[in-house]
Amino acid sequence: MAAATSTPFGGGDTGGGGLAAGEMEVEAYRRLFPLAFYERHLRDSVRPDARPLHRARDTSIALGPVAFSDGSALVKIGDTTMLAAIKLEVMTPATDAPDEGSLAIEFYMPPICSPTVRPGRPAEVAPVISKQLSDTIISSQMINLKELSLVSGKASWMAYLDIYCLNADGALFDAALLSAIAAFSHLQIPLVSLNDDGKVITVSEELLEGKPSVELVNKEKRKLSLQRIPFSLTCLLHGKYILADPTAEEESVMETFVTVVLDSLGQLVSIYKPGGAVLAHRSTVKECIRLTKQRIDELKNILAESASAMEVA
Amino acid sequence: MAPMEVDRADGRTSNQLRPLSCTRNVLHRAHGSARWSQGDTIVLAAVFGPKAGTKKEENPEKASIEVIWKPKTGLIGKVEKEYEMILKRTLQSVCLLTIHPNTTTSVIVQVVGDDDRPELSLIQLEVQMIIKNNSSIIRAFLALRITHVMGLRTPQLLPCAINASCAALADAGIPLKYLAVAICCGLTGSRSVILDPTKIEEKVFSYSCMLYLLVDYFNCLDRGYAACAKISEFLRRSMESQAPSDLTKTT
Repeated sequence: MAAATSTPFGGGDTGGGGLAAGEMEVEAYRRLFPLAFYERHLRDSVRPDARPLHRARDTSIALGPVAFSDGSALVKIGDTTMLAAIKLEVMTPATDAPDEGSLAIEFYMPPICSPTVRPGRPAEVAPVISKQLSDTIISSQMINLKELSLVSGKASWMAYLDIYCLNADGALFDAALLSAIAAFSHLQIPLVSLNDDGKVITVSEELLEGKPSVELVNKEKRKLSLQRIPFSLTCLLHGKYILADPTAEEESVMETFVTVVLDSLGQLVSIYKPGGAVLAHRSTVKECIRLTKQRIDELKNILAESASAMEVA
Repeated sequence: MAPMEVDRADGRTSNQLRPLSCTRNVLHRAHGSARWSQGDTIVLAAVFGPKAGTKKEENPEKASIEVIWKPKTGLIGKVEKEYEMILKRTLQSVCLLTIHPNTTTSVIVQVVGDDDRPELSLIQLEVQMIIKNNSSIIRAFLALRITHVMGLRTPQLLPCAINASCAALADAGIPLKYLAVAICCGLTGSRSVILDPTKIEEKVFSYSCMLYLLVDYFNCLDRGYAACAKISEFLRRSMESQAPSDLTKTT
């Protein structure tokens, strides 16, 4: 946020709406002429929160905040906060894929996340992001569905992944994807056994100690092996500037954005640019891809640190 | 790495598009309408507007565009919402929004024809470009989407809808900066590019490698540009040839 609140700000030399000679407070200028405010910063290659153009905000991941779920993660990128939780349920697999489990991914934007979302007025971007997320996760093939199988043809896991946006401050897709990945990396498949009716039920640790004769379908709790983890970066385009990881204010001022998703091997999973006033040339796209590659290195480190923090605790 | 010439199910070469057809002024009560078909994929677009007032969150100093997408069958779900958003953002950059401030123009897209069989889809690339000043095509993208999607999807509906909406907007007389033209390119497992894939083809081509090189992507783009040139030629010809719409149409 801009630090000074009451220092006079020499108003509009360019596009300031005709306030040539006047002085104005910074906050007022920011509200009245947001584009001019941003352009003055962009000319010095910096943004109002003192970030250089290509740097993303501070990211943190906390694994396991939701105790009753099978895997969960709380991710913050700057102020954008996402909570992801996975519940596993046993069900019969589809007949054309008898040894594969399945995923159901949903993204919610409850009214807590933003003043523009109200119960009768759902956010327009929520279904779009929900669909983008499920496309990205399923098509990147991060999860091998065969690992979610229990008894071929009879029982397999259905993983319900729910992501809640708790604070919407820009770059929603990036934060949501990261929280989904973190939740999957935290996921532990519970132990199950067949009960007398031939149904598969989950078994908790305490029960196991009491009855050594319980036969387990899967021998030990295990985690999923994730290959080709997708990471993403959203960049705003404005004139010739590319701003990585925008805040909500930046997104409302400059509307054109590109989201690039690369996997952990640096291969392209998707590029998404939904319209917008600024046209993207190849050089712009290449630059966005380069920025995403840089971001992936940061994100891999953060994910690894959070995983090791969990093991220590 | 020369791409192989692929034999396609309906006998087209990899660069050949399906037959295009565009009819404008098909609906008499709408202010502008167009029906665009590429082979069996048919989309009908209708434009109403400009109407007074904008929605609460929209900027009242500019015109706003509202898009409603109606699928051929079924309820409106997330897929339709995504299409609506992409189409809205594309059309917002194509229209001259400052001419009629504080108004709303509604674009309704109805999917009429859709290859009905479920498919395994290829890696799809949808490229939309613009035509400027009746001459050169600006080699840039207004909107692009590379997705590698599995499951029930029709990749070529969105490009068809974009083409239809632009034709409908022109028919309604909404002031536009330029026209947008869209094409869908598919990348097969053997890394050769085919243009304008149909659902049947996607079923046949099963991909084994998901490796995605930037080179392939730019290769797709080149083919896409060339195809867009052809489509824009066609669009221009169809606009010039049809009689101007009825001048006594009421607003």
